[in-house]
Amino acid sequence: MEAINTQSFMSKLKSFKSNPFSAILFILVMFATTVTFLTLVFLVGYILVKGIPNITWKLFEWKYTTENASLMPSLINTIVMTAISLLIATPIGIFSAVYLVEYAKRGNKIVGLIRVTAETLSGIPSIVYGLFGFLFFVTTLKWGYSMLAGAFTLAIMILPLIMRTTEEALKAVPDVYREGSFGLGAGKLRTVFVIVLPAAVPGILAGVILAIGRIVGETAALIYTAGTIAQIPDLMGSGSTLSVHMYNLSKEGLYMNQSYATAVILLIIVVVINSISGFIAKKIAKE
Amino acid sequence: MNKILERLMEIVFLVAACMSVLAVALICFFLFVNGIPAIKEIGVFDFLLGEKWKPSNNIYGILPMILGSIYLTAGAIIIGVPIGILTSVFMAKYCPKRIYPFLKSSVELMAGIPSIVYGFFGLVLLVPFIREVFGGNGSSMLTASILLGIMILPTIVGVSEAAIRAVPSQYYEGSLALGATHERSIFFVVLPAAKSGIIAAVVLGIGRAIGETMAVIMVAGNQARLPKGIFKGVRTLTANIVIEMGYAADLHREALIATGVVLFVFILIINLSVSLLNRRKY
Repeated sequence: MEAINTQSFMSKLKSFKSNPFSAILFILVMFATTVTFLTLVFLVGYILVKGIPNITWKLFEWKYTTENASLMPSLINTIVMTAISLLIATPIGIFSAVYLVEYAKRGNKIVGLIRVTAETLSGIPSIVYGLFGFLFFVTTLKWGYSMLAGAFTLAIMILPLIMRTTEEALKAVPDVYREGSFGLGAGKLRTVFVIVLPAAVPGILAGVILAIGRIVGETAALIYTAGTIAQIPDLMGSGSTLSVHMYNLSKEGLYMNQSYATAVILLIIVVVINSISGFIAKKIAKE
Repeated sequence: MNKILERLMEIVFLVAACMSVLAVALICFFLFVNGIPAIKEIGVFDFLLGEKWKPSNNIYGILPMILGSIYLTAGAIIIGVPIGILTSVFMAKYCPKRIYPFLKSSVELMAGIPSIVYGFFGLVLLVPFIREVFGGNGSSMLTASILLGIMILPTIVGVSEAAIRAVPSQYYEGSLALGATHERSIFFVVLPAAKSGIIAAVVLGIGRAIGETMAVIMVAGNQARLPKGIFKGVRTLTANIVIEMGYAADLHREALIATGVVLFVFILIINLSVSLLNRRKY
């Protein structure tokens, strides 16, 4: 609420009486806001209510069988997939951002090109990534449906996100830090690694955590790259992550209870990820 | 030694930065090389404007899917944009400070919920609801539009809230000083000033809606025929790829990749308009 326009409830009511049009606008705003947040509450509430009773120990058994649609293999695959994708995308993303912020000269043509392509990447729908992964990693490189093909596809998908957040984090590091470091005789490389990057760690971390959220929730890009088999494979084998697993369960319509339970687990992961990244962001804002 | 290391690492950074260029180049290359021949073989017009998709008879017309995608996106915009913009007005201009952080993180949570969970929610709740109220089997254009409308809300709320906040407060204060009410000041002074940012929000929402796959598959019915009405099922470009890619071979497979090419071109056009909009601001 704007501080300069604080009105008591009664005076607000009076002004609405003489301005019915404003009242209508006010009601529309309130209505839309209610719709938005009630939808969210309803969605989360419904899935929690239906899903929590279905979370049983049986769901966490090691093997997926047709009698017991265990989500354990998919849960482990999700963790493995996240780890590999981050391992590929994080260094590349951070290094690109370092180049863009610390090294590139203003007006450099390559920088413009990099920015345009990164923007393009972040707008491409996941199914197009899936198609590309299928054509390139699965077919052309002959990796077959494999965890590695899925991880590389996802790595490309999250690259622009990590690049952008790291770039912002690096830009937020005051120039005084760099000047101080140069003044003490450190080279550019040492300044970047010892002074600038450590100062930017929280911002980078927030980006990485957002990327984890995207990986965990991804389905369309994985169906034709990592495949849909609910097992714990080696890197070159096919394995489904939690989201893909949930798609399989709900598609057949046979495992509705397990689908609800999987949805709850996914929601919990998303909430945890969001609150960690929010916590970090708040910490940065305080500093 | 140090000099060499410095030089070497600069090159490493540059190479890393060029990875995104390489990725886009590879994606374009592989999609176009695998998709364009199929379009040529089928015929550009037969492919883009063909009204029938019958892979078993070697008939590949994707007009139904193109229209499906466009209709669903339009539906999502009709439902999501007014609600989203009004919510963003609340967030920026009405929300009491005490509940703001809570609502803000709710919007972020909405953006973070995986599309498969949205799809599942649509499947177990929205589909039966539409079936009860409007008849039919419930998997329809309307169902998918509502679900997509919900899914683009966080994008629209987030971006247009930022746009509204970027408007200098003097605009609002000046309008108040001239005797306009809070509402009039917002809707006739602040919102027009934030126009370009709000349009960018809508365009981003369009991008999200047109690229959405899993949620749509679960609620839209996916019949590969020209859309017949809002209570009948439709299939989108994205759904077409996921549903048939698993068993497609030869020309059928290439036609699906060509479907991806069409989708990709759509997205490129949308991206381009977003960056043009952003550029005009400065």
